[in-house]
Amino acid sequence: MKLVDHFQYGLNSPICLTWELTYACNLACVHCLSSSGRRDPRELTTAEAKGVVDELMAMQVFYVNIGGGEPTVRPDFWELLDYSIDHNVGVKFSTNGIKLDRRRAAQLARTDYVDVQISLDGATADVNDHVRGPGSYDTAMRALENLAAAGFGQPKISVVMTRQNVDQLDDFKAIADKFGAQLRITRLRPSGRGADVWEELHPTAAQQHQLYDWLVARGEDVLTGDSFFHLSAYGEALPGLNLCGAGRVVCLIDPVGDVYACPFAIHEQFLAGNVRSPGGFQEVWQHSELFLQLRQPQTGGACRSCLHYDSCQGGCMAAKFFTGLPLDGPDPECVRGFGEQALADRDGAVPLPRSNVDHSRSTSRNTRGPVPVTIGIGRPDRACETSPIAGFGASANDSGLFSPAP
Amino acid sequence: MFDPGLPYRCSPSVALRPEPFGALVYHFGTRRLSFLKTPQLVDVVSGLEHHPDVHGAVEAAGVPQPQRPAYLRALAGLAANGTIEERL
Amino acid sequence: MAPTSETQPAPEEPVVEETLVEEVSIDGMCGVY
Repeated sequence: MKLVDHFQYGLNSPICLTWELTYACNLACVHCLSSSGRRDPRELTTAEAKGVVDELMAMQVFYVNIGGGEPTVRPDFWELLDYSIDHNVGVKFSTNGIKLDRRRAAQLARTDYVDVQISLDGATADVNDHVRGPGSYDTAMRALENLAAAGFGQPKISVVMTRQNVDQLDDFKAIADKFGAQLRITRLRPSGRGADVWEELHPTAAQQHQLYDWLVARGEDVLTGDSFFHLSAYGEALPGLNLCGAGRVVCLIDPVGDVYACPFAIHEQFLAGNVRSPGGFQEVWQHSELFLQLRQPQTGGACRSCLHYDSCQGGCMAAKFFTGLPLDGPDPECVRGFGEQALADRDGAVPLPRSNVDHSRSTSRNTRGPVPVTIGIGRPDRACETSPIAGFGASANDSGLFSPAP
Repeated sequence: MFDPGLPYRCSPSVALRPEPFGALVYHFGTRRLSFLKTPQLVDVVSGLEHHPDVHGAVEAAGVPQPQRPAYLRALAGLAANGTIEERL
Repeated sequence: MAPTSETQPAPEEPVVEETLVEEVSIDGMCGVY
């Protein structure tokens, strides 16, 4: 029996999970999957957070991926990091690097069972800062320099692949090599603020193929977080479980203790429960209605008859949900083009699902709604893809994509 | 080189977590995650430290004779990736 | 039963071997960022 089949019946505990410690962030990245910016006053306290770690230890969760927002802006971040490691839960934390000065870099280099992941979305400052804000490239570079100088072993550099950076894959690899880091590339999902920029930023079909080819040829030591399993239908499956882990292998604990199936699905439809409820996180993981539902055998739905269903498993649940596609149909970026067709077939009168969990600072979201979908026009004109930022900004140098951090 | 005539044990850097189908094994040092896909293999691996050699653990777990070569090959793989190690 | 060897493949054996242990990277599961 394939591993995938075993997971249909669920696991006693997640294998690893994402834990967003705070919605506060010093940046305002245009595609932020958690729509972060402002701290939520209902955030878990230090004591409550330690209680979560205690539960994770009891459940033998091997490792937790700590993120946010920017997790290091929580004053108790370092205390929680040490607490987690001391309680047998390995930690990888995802950061924009803002707090990784030489002292913290040295501290991390002395610490076992911790992994650091620096976010970077452009191999050059102009490409990166377009999405992440002015100065963010420099912040990331400084953090990488400090980690390297302190002898921290192999941090990760995590890149969200966009239309604007697909051509920089070799350059990202070079940056990783330069700093003794491991490159990780992940998929842009239409989640959080990502929903507002997905149409503009998600790779074109040609670029998806380019990306897949690159992974096959050069991606041996490049991580993907299995986020490109929808590309497996191109041919050779990429390394990974090649399935959606939501509620089955992984889940998200958010800053106020809400448990979601996946960090890319912060929406009440994928809310399983809250760690503050009786029975805590374990109760939610093992018995929530949502997770039990997700662990039912998947039949494939509309994708059932496709030869490639076994490799792609119908793609990403979050990507389908936030583009208004049925969950039992093709992924919006289905490599056979069925997703494009499904997008074109959407009813333009029905608004796209939108999470009510939004901690963006005021300028970020409301000025720009989702790009309206026109239907009945058939396949988009390929020429539109040659200049993805045309027409959105005030000038040739202003894509209109970046929202300045206050 | 894996030698089933020697005593072995689960590496102390490894966490083994039983699951409905077998077990998950995570090595904190190498960060590798292995799935042991039969309950018998789980019994063998957990039982290693209680037997004078690997063969003893395989026998005690009730692995049928025809399957033993495959189990030994799987155990050799687990030794190679650091999940199990010689008990000194 | 005669022991199996490389030159005498038993139909069941490769299947058992394939499914006894599977390795995945802890970084290789979708839903973590």
